[in-house]
This record gives sequence, C-alpha cells and structure tokens, in this order.
Amino acid sequence: MRLRAENLTLAYDRRVVARDLGVQIADGSFTVIVGPNACGKSTLLKALARVLRPQAGTVYLDGAAIASLPSRQVAKQLGMLPQSPVVPAGIAVEDLVARGRFAHQRLLRQWSADDEAAVREAMAVTEVSDLADRYVDELSGGQRQRVWLAVALAQQTPILLLDEPTTFLDLAHQFEVLDLCAELHEQGRTVVAVLHDLNQACRYATDLVVMRAGEIVAQGPPAAVMTADLVEHVFGVASQVITDPQTGTPMVVPADRHRRRTPRTAA
Amino acid sequence: MKTITEPTRGRRARQLVLRTPGGALSLRVPARALLVGTTLLLAAVAIAVVNLSSGDFPIPVGDVLRSLVGQGDPGTDFIVHELRLPRALVALLVGAALGASGAVFQGLTRNPLGSPDFVGMTVGAATGALVVILLLDGSGMQVAAGAIAGCVLTSIAIYLLAFRGGTQAFRLILMGVGVSALLEAFNSYLIVKGRLDEALAAQVWLIGSLGGRGWTEVTIVGLTLAVLLPVVLHFGRHLNMLALGDDTATLHGVRVERSRAVLALASVGLAAGATAAAGPIAFVALAAPQLAARLTRSPGPGILPAAGMGAALLAGSDWAAQRVLPDTDIPAGVVTAAIGGLYLTWLLAREWRRGR
Repeated sequence: MRLRAENLTLAYDRRVVARDLGVQIADGSFTVIVGPNACGKSTLLKALARVLRPQAGTVYLDGAAIASLPSRQVAKQLGMLPQSPVVPAGIAVEDLVARGRFAHQRLLRQWSADDEAAVREAMAVTEVSDLADRYVDELSGGQRQRVWLAVALAQQTPILLLDEPTTFLDLAHQFEVLDLCAELHEQGRTVVAVLHDLNQACRYATDLVVMRAGEIVAQGPPAAVMTADLVEHVFGVASQVITDPQTGTPMVVPADRHRRRTPRTAA
Repeated sequence: MKTITEPTRGRRARQLVLRTPGGALSLRVPARALLVGTTLLLAAVAIAVVNLSSGDFPIPVGDVLRSLVGQGDPGTDFIVHELRLPRALVALLVGAALGASGAVFQGLTRNPLGSPDFVGMTVGAATGALVVILLLDGSGMQVAAGAIAGCVLTSIAIYLLAFRGGTQAFRLILMGVGVSALLEAFNSYLIVKGRLDEALAAQVWLIGSLGGRGWTEVTIVGLTLAVLLPVVLHFGRHLNMLALGDDTATLHGVRVERSRAVLALASVGLAAGATAAAGPIAFVALAAPQLAARLTRSPGPGILPAAGMGAALLAGSDWAAQRVLPDTDIPAGVVTAAIGGLYLTWLLAREWRRGR
C-alpha cells in the first residue's frame, strides 16, 4: 500500500469530524469515497493529501509519515483536485495550468520541454486547449472545473485525489470526467475520488469506501458492498439495489416517496 | 539557445521561452512584462540623468554622461559625483526597493491595499527614527538603524496581533491600519515634546526627503536591495503559487508558512532599508505594483516591473519636487503623497463602482 492512514483524528479547530479513522488505498485502484453530506469524506481526502493536518494519527506515503517528507517530493507523487480553489483575477487558462508544474521546476529550469509537453497534454485530455488564452474568471463552472483538473493532471502524479470532480458539470461532462479518471486508472495511476452519485460510484470504482458520521462503515468492491441495507443504514433512504443493465454493476433505486418514509438515521 | 514566441489569441500576453539545448536552463516570461520592466527601468535611469544635469548649475546631459564614465572635468565631476549622484541613486534604489516590497506584500495579502506604507510599517520606521533623533540625540547612521528597528518591531507586533492560528490578510491590513494610527499619534507627541531644532529635523525626516542624501544612504538602500532582491525574486514563483490559496500551494509542494515568512520578512526588510535611507516616502509601495500590473496586464503584481515602476515614480517625483515650484526644494515625499492620494482616490472609486 503506497497510501494509507492510521488512527486519524480529523478536526477543524475544535470541531472533530472523525476519530480513530484508518484507511488503506489499494495501489492501482480506483477508490471512490461515498457518504452523506458532512460525513468527513472531503476531510479524509484533505488529510490524505496533507492539506489538513490530523490532530492525531498518521498518513503514510510509501511507508513514511507524509508530514515528514519534503513537500516537493510528495507533490511529485500525489496530486489533488480541491473542491473550491481560489482563482486569481485575470489569469489565463494556460498560465494557470502551467503553475501545476511547480513541483517539477527549479530556479534555472522553469519551463523545460517536459513542462511544456505535460501542460499541453493535460489541457488536451481535459479538452480545455481551445480555452488556453481565455481568462479563468470568465469561464463557466464546468469549464473552470476542467481547467482545475488540468492543473492537477499537469502535476503528473502516480496518485491522484479528486474532491467531487463532477460538481458543476452537466451529465455529459460528468461522464467525460469519470471516463477520463477511468483512463488514468487504466494507465496505472491510483485514483481516489469523492463522489455523490452512488450509481456512478458503483460503475467506476474498483474499491468503494462508504463513510457515515466520520467512520468507514464498509470498504470493498461495489458488488460486494452496495446493498439496500447499507443504503438504508448510511443515508436513511429505503431503496432497492438492482443490476445496472448497462454495466452489470450495482444500481441503487430509491423507493417510491410513500414507502420511503423511514426515519433518517444519519443527520 | 533558442527563443520561441508562443502565439496567443486575445488579450493574453505572449510568452517568451528561452531554452538551452541541454535543457539545463529554461525560462518562460510574459513578453509584455519584460518589455514594460525594461522600459520602466530605462525611463527611471533617463529621469535620473535629467536630474543630474539640472539644478542651480545646469550641466548639459552629454557632460553628465562623460562625467559618469569618468571622462568629465573636475568641476563637473564634483557637482555630479558628490552633490547630485547620491541623491539620484537614492531616488532610484529607494523607489525600486519600495516597489518590490509593495509587490511582494500585495501578493501575499492578495489585496491592493496590503502595502508596507498602508499597514504601518513605514510609520513604525518613523517612530524608530524619531526616538533616535529626539530621545537619544542620534544622527546619520543611528537614525537609519532606529528606522530599521522600528519597522521590523512594528511588523512583528502587527503580525502577532493579527495572528490567530494562521494569518488572514484582511485582519493583518486592518490591524496594520490601527497600529499605524496609534504610532502616528505617538510620533506627533514626540515632535511636540521635542526641542524646536530637533523637532524641525525630525519633521523634515518624517516627510521623506531626498535632499541631502549622501553615499551613506546609497549604501544602506543599495545593500538592502543587493541582499533581499534576489531572495524575493527566487521566492516570486512561490508567491504565484500562494495566490492560488494555501491548500493548492501545499498540494504543489510549497511549504506555505515558510515561504510566506521568508517573503514577508524580505518585504519588511526592503521597506525598512528604503525608509532608513530616505524617510517615509508615501504611496510608492502602494501604487507602483498596481500601476505596473496594469501595464503588464498580468494577474499579480510582478516584482521586477514594480521595482522599475517604483524607481521611475520616485525619480520623477524628485524631479518634480525640485522643478515644479521655482526656488523651493519641496521634499519628494510630498510629491509622492500627492500622486498617491490621487491614485488611492481613483482606486477606491473604481473598486466601489465594481462592487456595486
């Protein structure tokens, strides 16, 4: 396991989100984290990416505590698409994507042929090449999301974390981004994504991590994990889990409004 | 070495790419920033040469240049080297230091008002200088040391007051404005209580004048720039990353708190060195980075264009201070304050319109 965490206590100031949380990300997996709002999915992702410092516990990258590794070295191994990054006013798309190369650059080597190729490729696969000269603050939410994905891809890391990569995107673009993640996964990268749509999660994940109130309640292949009982327990929604006619993966079909009136167990 | 200009569409600046065949050296700079920076620097030097040639004994520009390269006659050499050159150099170097300092600080705070003179650093330097002049009867180098100490101490105080488990730019600026007001009051008190002659000297220092600056002052600000400019230029790339937010910067391998501390200290140091050499010159640090960013059309205040703009602004202000009103040598600080006041009014009016 290149990336794992043990005994994490995660908190924002004094508000504790999770206690004694442990997780192992299988190498070469497409791990998808699902769970209700405020269950600690994004918080866990931030801790794995060393953006949030755990109050207790340790995240390990290649066996070493991630906090003890040089930041630049980590940045060459592990990249992340954050949820709502800051966009400086008046920056052009290509210049923003180029900043994704920071970890690979040096004082005298600020724009190598590798940098140029990585930026061009990242923009091509996210389909933002045509937007290269546009200002990021003029773009639509969906375009902007793809630009930030390009920033993370330009970093060229073997491990890629994505915090809700499909937000702001319409259905077509949601599947484009997920397909892209699947391709990156097929090329050998380890992909970890937080998703809201359970059916998309089941379609794309090789490994599903289900969270509720700061705890991991289930982890494993979607076919083994996703059951009606689990959905009821985690989301408080009665449902039927059938087989996706297109992919054969589990598909959650929430019960009719009149039969769904069970008390919610999760806040 | 090959140079490529990447073609672009629209308003985005063209990028100049420099790359050696082995790839040991590669750079990418916006062509426009390079052009603007070079032009500003040349303009600043040109204004400085004009300043060297004009005065009570006008000297033709050609003679000034000959004297500068060591081929002038002794009389011209004396006027140029001993009387005028230190002043012109102080103007250029102080302007550059203030411009660079402002660019770094505005980049760190992501706020056009986050400049060393606005958040009280220069007022703190003034307090340090006044304490030396009025309470300790010091002069010359001692005043400069007092100014630097005052600037650094004030910056640390503002930082500690604004610190709440991490620094927030807006709180830092507001705290700076508050501390600034407090120190202004203290400065006035010191002057009122001081002896008349000392108070007069203090008042002249306070306005920020380039008159009577000698090689000591050139050395102070020159050394400051020589040490700190490479530091801020090296960390300038970190500044670009910090502009994307702390989390994103961390993700890309920036050690956020360390980079920010180095940049903030360097910015304070530049402002302190400049103030120690020329007194509190108002508004150059505030306006130069923003004006330069407008000209370069770049997202952030670039450090070198801002330094060039600062040098041109201060050299120009010094020219105006000596020439606009005949027979009076008004301090350059008054001119920059007047220009800066207009700029600030314009900035606020524009932001207000945009905010509506």
